[in-house]
Amino acid sequence: MKFAIPITLVVLTVLLMVAGLVWTGHAGGTVGIAAGSAMYGLTPKADTPEHALANLLADAQRRNWDRAYADVSKTSDVDESSFIQDWIGSNGGLRSFSSLEGFDSRPMHITNDEAQMRVRLHWTTPVGPIEDVRDFHLIKEGDAWKTVWPKVQVPSVPAQVVPVTYLRWDLVTGGAADEWGSKNVDAPHVRIISMNAVDSAEGAVVMGEVVNEDTIPAFVNVNATLVDGAGNAIDQENSFDKIAHILLPKQVTPYRIDFPTISLKSVKSVHMDVKATLVPASADPVIGVMNQKVESDAQGKNVLHGDLLNESGQTVNIPHVVASFYDNNGKVVWVADGYVDRALLPQSSEPFAVEIPRSLAGKVQNFHVVVNQYSLGRS
Amino acid sequence: MQRLLQVCVRVLLGVACLVGFCRAQDFQVPAAVSAGDEADISTAGSGKATFHLIGPGVSRKSELNLGESIHLQAQDTRTAGDYLAIVCSSTCRSGGFYVSAAKPATLTFLVHPSRVPVAQSDAVSGVALPFDQFHNLVLRPLTVNFQLTAGNVSLSSRPVLTQNGAAWFRALSGKSAGLLQVTAAVDDLSARRAVQQVASDPCNLRITGQRTKVGITVQTEPVRDCAGNPVPDGTIVTFTATSTNGKSSVDAPIKRGIAQAQMLASGATSISAASGVVMGNEVRVGAQQ
Repeated sequence: MKFAIPITLVVLTVLLMVAGLVWTGHAGGTVGIAAGSAMYGLTPKADTPEHALANLLADAQRRNWDRAYADVSKTSDVDESSFIQDWIGSNGGLRSFSSLEGFDSRPMHITNDEAQMRVRLHWTTPVGPIEDVRDFHLIKEGDAWKTVWPKVQVPSVPAQVVPVTYLRWDLVTGGAADEWGSKNVDAPHVRIISMNAVDSAEGAVVMGEVVNEDTIPAFVNVNATLVDGAGNAIDQENSFDKIAHILLPKQVTPYRIDFPTISLKSVKSVHMDVKATLVPASADPVIGVMNQKVESDAQGKNVLHGDLLNESGQTVNIPHVVASFYDNNGKVVWVADGYVDRALLPQSSEPFAVEIPRSLAGKVQNFHVVVNQYSLGRS
Repeated sequence: MQRLLQVCVRVLLGVACLVGFCRAQDFQVPAAVSAGDEADISTAGSGKATFHLIGPGVSRKSELNLGESIHLQAQDTRTAGDYLAIVCSSTCRSGGFYVSAAKPATLTFLVHPSRVPVAQSDAVSGVALPFDQFHNLVLRPLTVNFQLTAGNVSLSSRPVLTQNGAAWFRALSGKSAGLLQVTAAVDDLSARRAVQQVASDPCNLRITGQRTKVGITVQTEPVRDCAGNPVPDGTIVTFTATSTNGKSSVDAPIKRGIAQAQMLASGATSISAASGVVMGNEVRVGAQQ
């Protein structure tokens, strides 16, 4: 009798382990949980498209590249190194610093020999969680399903010399021994040119645009304080990364400040405060935003998409897009942002997309996009 | 804390004198003393007495023989303000005198802002505060000459009398970008500050576009403000191209007076430019042949 409980526990554990091995690859549909085999090296046979794709993604998540590539169809126009580069990124892009946290997939169309699967890839990145939606085509090769990996479009930058007129602002600060008032340099003059507060599904949102009216670069941050009817501050937030912080002279940036869980019904007024600091800055690289269009994507979401074109000779490691959307009166009705996970190489372009809330899509008449750029080893 | 202590002592001694504890000895305090000057306080009578000196920067006590004068050293009167001298023997007697600032030795000069767009009214302001060698603010009226110079040209010069130790001015900025020298002078003292006059907003922003093999090269004419000053390099000009492919935009900095950008558009395209809140003209570029 005294061995009954331990024996029961051992049997139960073994049963659970077996169940775990048998029912792997069924994590599809559960956001944030990685699918795939429960134990390393025990990938089940890809007898369905779901299993095949889950195996591939699970192996890619573990960075078991040989096994992951073995799940790729031979008809794919991709070699293993390009396949790996597609997952781990290159040139110091955002993907290089990201890891696949989980995925969930659902079939779009399945026949006996072919399948179309849509996968949501959940990445953890230095700039927060990012969700990537990709469609995969799978075919049956023999008795196993294989994923046809799309050709990896890696920009090919020819060797060249890109002449750049060097333009940069450096900052020299005075010493402590300087006479009072003799060497002060005023902070840059920036101005909020528009502000709009709306209620969204996630809470109150304050947004608008800021312009640097000065002739020197400015590091800008916008703060907002929500005040109730009694004059008490309800909450205070800042624009965080929903702004182009470094503004060159006469440059305009959108900003957005989120107040999660707060409704504007309880807000009487909003106090805005823009802080500007003089910082060293460079006028390069210049990034063009080409072919901007608002369209519906494959999931039926309204997105502003386009291409970022690096017109300079420097690699931009992590491009960040901030877009403001206007109604027909020119009022800012929404501000959205998005990171591009690939590095923007010199003289090359990368696509971007930012989502517009469904409720606002009909109002949007115009838009303005600015690009933040983070480059390794440069301020 | 020291100042509070002095005030307390003075109040107590003053009250004591008022209620009649201070009597007898006559003594004469100086009518006017300049900071850092030596001075004498004459006393009358005979016998031993105690002398107290209480001022903004000093509090001391010494013994004296009545009938002799009390010599105040230069360090006793370094700080300008109200002083109280008290002589006590069997009774106490007090007298007050004022130490004024010495002649100006330094001129503190604050000018705002450090950068200013050209042709702005009341855009430049400055305040001058004369101090003596002991850092006392000189409160007596002094004439401060403010002079504004751009290059070698004197833009304005005006004498201003100090009020309560300060003289100030407001002036419009000049019409030409460059360094504005602002000088404040009192007698042989002077202080100089520099204000950077910068171009104002762009005026008549005009662009031209030309189709190339890879798209459209668009550039501005030399960008100037309404006074003809070149807008500083680094100022952003936003080019926006609209075609059937959608909208394209580039924030391009002005370099060597012009801003230039490359736009990708194959069809007929209209391109506009803006810098800050200033709009430029619009050009149309035909479709690629």
